Amino acid sequence: MNSKSHVPFIRTVKISERSGKDTIKIRIAAFVLALTAGGLFILFLGYNPLELYGTIISGAFRSKMAFQATIRFMIPLLMSSLGVALAFKMRFWNIGAEGQIIVGAVCASYFALFHDNWPHFLLLIVMFAAGAIGGGLWGLIPAYFKSKYDTNETLFTLMLNYIALHIITYLRDGPWKDPGSSGFPKIARFTSNAQLDKVLGVHFGWIIALILLVLVFIYLKYTKHGYEISVVGESKSTAKYAGMNVKKIILRTMVISGGICGITGMIQAAGSDMTLASSVAGGVGFTAIIVSWLAYLNPFGILLVSFLFSVLEKGSSVMQSTYGLSTYFASVLQGIILFFILGCEFFIRYKFVLTKKGGK
Amino acid sequence: MFIKFLIAAVFAGTPLLFGTVGEIMNERAGHLNLGVEGMMAMGACAGFMAGFFYDSISIALLAAFLAGMLGALIYAVLTITFMANQNVTGLTLAIFGVGISNFAGEFMLVNSASNSLKLPEQITAQISNINIPGLSTIPVLGPLFFQYNIFVYLGVLIAITCGIYYSRTKTGLNVRAIGENPGAADAAGIKVTKLKYINVLMGGGICGIGGAYCSMIINGGVWMNNPVNGQGWIAVALVIFASWKPFRAIFGSFIFGAFNILKYYFPKTIITIPNAFYDMLPFVITALVLVVTSIRKSKENQQPASCGVNYFREER
Repeated sequence: MNSKSHVPFIRTVKISERSGKDTIKIRIAAFVLALTAGGLFILFLGYNPLELYGTIISGAFRSKMAFQATIRFMIPLLMSSLGVALAFKMRFWNIGAEGQIIVGAVCASYFALFHDNWPHFLLLIVMFAAGAIGGGLWGLIPAYFKSKYDTNETLFTLMLNYIALHIITYLRDGPWKDPGSSGFPKIARFTSNAQLDKVLGVHFGWIIALILLVLVFIYLKYTKHGYEISVVGESKSTAKYAGMNVKKIILRTMVISGGICGITGMIQAAGSDMTLASSVAGGVGFTAIIVSWLAYLNPFGILLVSFLFSVLEKGSSVMQSTYGLSTYFASVLQGIILFFILGCEFFIRYKFVLTKKGGK
Repeated sequence: MFIKFLIAAVFAGTPLLFGTVGEIMNERAGHLNLGVEGMMAMGACAGFMAGFFYDSISIALLAAFLAGMLGALIYAVLTITFMANQNVTGLTLAIFGVGISNFAGEFMLVNSASNSLKLPEQITAQISNINIPGLSTIPVLGPLFFQYNIFVYLGVLIAITCGIYYSRTKTGLNVRAIGENPGAADAAGIKVTKLKYINVLMGGGICGIGGAYCSMIINGGVWMNNPVNGQGWIAVALVIFASWKPFRAIFGSFIFGAFNILKYYFPKTIITIPNAFYDMLPFVITALVLVVTSIRKSKENQQPASCGVNYFREER
């Protein structure tokens, strides 16, 4: 090499673990910066950012009905984020939550549409199981190929999303088409026997979501399975040397991850849409990835972040009716927040050092 | 009829071609960028709006390119400099890009005079099909090769340039070295960070142009939400189908374009298949390609080895 080898002006240096307090400070700073960046964007459009943020927050809480709507947004987000987090903990890039939600909803809808004469609770339990099994199997497919042939799971789960979506359009245009509907083809509305009951004004999906939250927390933190997941996530070779059956762990975890997403689909169809719509997942599966990552895959963090995001979603719809701004603002702001959090992680683990003259 | 089908396949495959070549540039530099959909969406919006206001194809293309590049810049800063997780950053870019594109599109739509945005005359003429004089009148070959719009030629040109870049030029080979082993490349005196930035940004810009094709051509010159509509994701998968080679991306894109439009051309008299299955086809085939390539595990057609892993100089 030439003698004037390029010593960079700025170097990146790894630093030993920062204290927990510093870590939290940096993360909060990143969050505030993200909101500021979003505010600048609003200012650029010619609106008052404080006023707009105020509208979003008050929009989500202003009445009992508004708050119930916020919770309705939160239920699928919370559940699918929990599902996704299980896979992510294992460093299995399951971005197929969208598809697993859909397949779960399709399987549950079969019973809602064709066996709605069954006793109410039996029917709901069967639908619940069908949703879990459907989503679980849809998650098992990429896990099988990943563990056997090391097939890229990111792209595979992604393709399965679209395949699932077109399964719904097939059913809607063909075998499950509601003969009574005029105009655009759609699937019949569930009878009240196949709908989830309401508890405190919101369908009881929220109770299921909270139960799942606790179960996932215990599963990850206090069971052997949960430990195995984190070891596989850290290093597959370590897991192998420790005598773990990595293949089995991948398959099992993905069945659970997909199963939770499948249950989400059942809850959405029977609790919120009251039918099987092609928008049953509606991007929730993707947002769930952001949520679980922002929460550092911690179940209670997921509860917090998904609540925050639901406020944002509900508030954005109020913002739309007040200012005529698109609800896509929610995904813009969600993106900005995660960008900043991703960036701030760097400052927790590394720092920049100016190179002194004449090398080091 | 068959000629018509082939032509339609080329048109349908062009946005995929841009997206695929753009993603190849990212992955060759060792960065698995899942944000293609987002970068294309940003390019779609910027390109359309620039075309709408300035009525000029060159300004529209430039705007689309810069918008795609801007998306890539966010990704590049986060993954190259800040070493953030590539999968998550890319996915966020996809969600953010689609979000901001639709947000801006709706913003313009609401503030427009007639509640609709339609490209003006001059640019509409500029993006319509060009009959290359002398060649376009040849029977069969003329319509098949010489009657496309400017995007198609541009896309093929970019893909060929890119192919030469990665197989015949020193810089291109250096980039490939980075993609395989950035530590070794760095030791050999290759400027890893700089080349990574250049390739990721250029790739993003190319994706942006592909997005402009979606909003300006596919939707017939009228702004509609979600112009890219999943094409970016197919492009990410097509990279595998093309085994990271820009030349193969040309044929791969047109083959997938053919799948996209098959339902309009497949003779319904033989067997009727529900439309949903045709729409599913590209995704099913991509999934099969993924599985088959992973089972075959050929040494030659593999992802660049460092793809998805960030490079930290002090940890070689």
